[in-house]
Amino acid sequence: MSTPSKTSPNGGPPRAAAPAGRVRRLSRRDKWVLSLMVGLPTLIQLVLVWIPTLLSAALSFTRWNGLSLEDIKPAGLSNYEFIAQNYPPFWPAVQHNVLWLVFLALIATPLGLLLAILLDQNIRGSKIYQSIFFTPVMLSLALIGVIWQLFYNRDSGLLNFLLGTAGTPQAVDWFGDSGVNIWAALIAATWRHAGYVMILYLAGLKGVDPTLREAAQIDGANAVQTFFRVIFPAMRPVNVIIIVITVIESLRAFDIVYVINRGTNGLELISALVIQNLVGEGQVIGVGSALAVILLVISLVPITFYLSRAFGKDKEA
Amino acid sequence: MSIAQPTDAPATSNSAARRSAGIGSRQPVNAKRGKRHYGIHLFLTVLAIMWLIPLVWTIFTALRPKADTDKYGYFSFEGSFNFDNFSQAWTQGGFAQYAWNSALITIPSVILVLFFASMMAFAVSRVSWKFNVTLLIMFTAGNLLPPQVLAAPLFEMFKLLPLPYSVSDSGSLLNTYISVIAVDTAFQIGFVTFVLSNYMKALSPELTEAALVDGAGIWRQYWDIILPLCRPALAAMGTLEVIFIYNDFFWPLLFLQSGDRLPLTTAVNNLQGQFLSNYNLIAAGAMITAIPALVIYLLLQRHFVAGLTLGSSKG
Repeated sequence: MSTPSKTSPNGGPPRAAAPAGRVRRLSRRDKWVLSLMVGLPTLIQLVLVWIPTLLSAALSFTRWNGLSLEDIKPAGLSNYEFIAQNYPPFWPAVQHNVLWLVFLALIATPLGLLLAILLDQNIRGSKIYQSIFFTPVMLSLALIGVIWQLFYNRDSGLLNFLLGTAGTPQAVDWFGDSGVNIWAALIAATWRHAGYVMILYLAGLKGVDPTLREAAQIDGANAVQTFFRVIFPAMRPVNVIIIVITVIESLRAFDIVYVINRGTNGLELISALVIQNLVGEGQVIGVGSALAVILLVISLVPITFYLSRAFGKDKEA
Repeated sequence: MSIAQPTDAPATSNSAARRSAGIGSRQPVNAKRGKRHYGIHLFLTVLAIMWLIPLVWTIFTALRPKADTDKYGYFSFEGSFNFDNFSQAWTQGGFAQYAWNSALITIPSVILVLFFASMMAFAVSRVSWKFNVTLLIMFTAGNLLPPQVLAAPLFEMFKLLPLPYSVSDSGSLLNTYISVIAVDTAFQIGFVTFVLSNYMKALSPELTEAALVDGAGIWRQYWDIILPLCRPALAAMGTLEVIFIYNDFFWPLLFLQSGDRLPLTTAVNNLQGQFLSNYNLIAAGAMITAIPALVIYLLLQRHFVAGLTLGSSKG
């Protein structure tokens, strides 16, 4: 698979005029070394990432119990029809994924930005605050699920004790009650996401040319105007990353709901449904793959957005 | 919700404070530091305390013996505090084994990621050939996919690939560390290649041209010239990848069926079933799982943050 790209330097080099001098001087041995340097990682990437992705798409049009390859039967679009019409957890899962995105975008991300702005102002103890807000970013979302479980527990959790309801019938089981558990999980996810956004924006703010700020102030802009009209637009590369991270995180959300209750009873997410169909009893690979393809198609939106920003500039330069 | 509430009040007082600090006092901003920032400090302190509560509560629970919590309740400072839960989780709870598994998976994966990604980054950034941008796009996109998208085919591929029983007791790649290492590596190569290639592009082309004149081959240019110059980026990416792979929950969950092969992060999933409702022991297990990440953070914070921001500096 990777060989065609290797042979191309033989025929290709003259087109890239300026740096071509380097390419032309490659010896036979160098070409071999280069083929290996490119070929090995590319092969790994193809076999373990891209071919499985294509196979997922192929399997979504089949019916298969996952036992032997002969059992794979073509099924047309029936898996997709089943998901849309006869699979009760699907639409709640879509709603939860959307809610996850909206919550991260409207609460967690702005909170991280606010923290970054406040901590960027040379205040005393800034480093200590930063370390505190950043600590959850080091932890896996699975572990965060466990830690918050200890906090949210109905009878032994701290939250109900602070609310004064621990041990009484009014005590809420924050992760168990299907009416509230998605919100409880979102707050736990915010605990991590806000710190992540904060650290990226802190770096972004440091990168903004200070003369911009001064110029705006000379022109009579107040702090809020300076930020929204000058500083924020100047951080465009960081903003792109934050948008992509926020969208991708909300599509990838899985670990925390899986730890809580495997993504059932109010915590359905598309990613969790994929896995339930693959590992549960009577493995329905076709349905699981169709859900995976739906997840893939949605993910391609932020991925394409990001790639066009990250590589669009390359082509001009 | 409780997190969002305090935002309004200090936010307004904060902008008011800044306005009164005003244009005139902008220059000597350092002299005025800490002066007009009470509102900000109040807000940040309240939020920081809220941020610490879940962790502090976990540590508090972990340090109390189960017998004392049964006697005095969970919300009490009475009774003793010790590390018995930690040692019990470590020895009887199997956490020693899980920690070893984590090391067995994380260390080879990170080394492989850095090795392959740096080779790929060198080839796409220091040598011009036809498909380098295309391949780089493919690598970067691969890292952004939700892992669940490729779960089923990977699982079936590994299941159907026969291995001698002397190598794997499952007779296939399933339930082996190799499966997790391979997929972790493949999944992370894209991101590291992207970051390192940007870093290498910024290095002067004359560096390798001089070496070319001396007759140094591609491999020497890569290994002796470019890689040593990339040390800061490699340190940052190495730290970041240790945390990313250590924190990976999903691939071991999918590929490893034997409970005693799970790494810490995935073993956390079984805490509830394993320790039933012994929350003291669960808390100790959670803290043991958090410790490696927190230690790395304390020791290598600079590299970790540098890694995160390197990854986001371009876009």
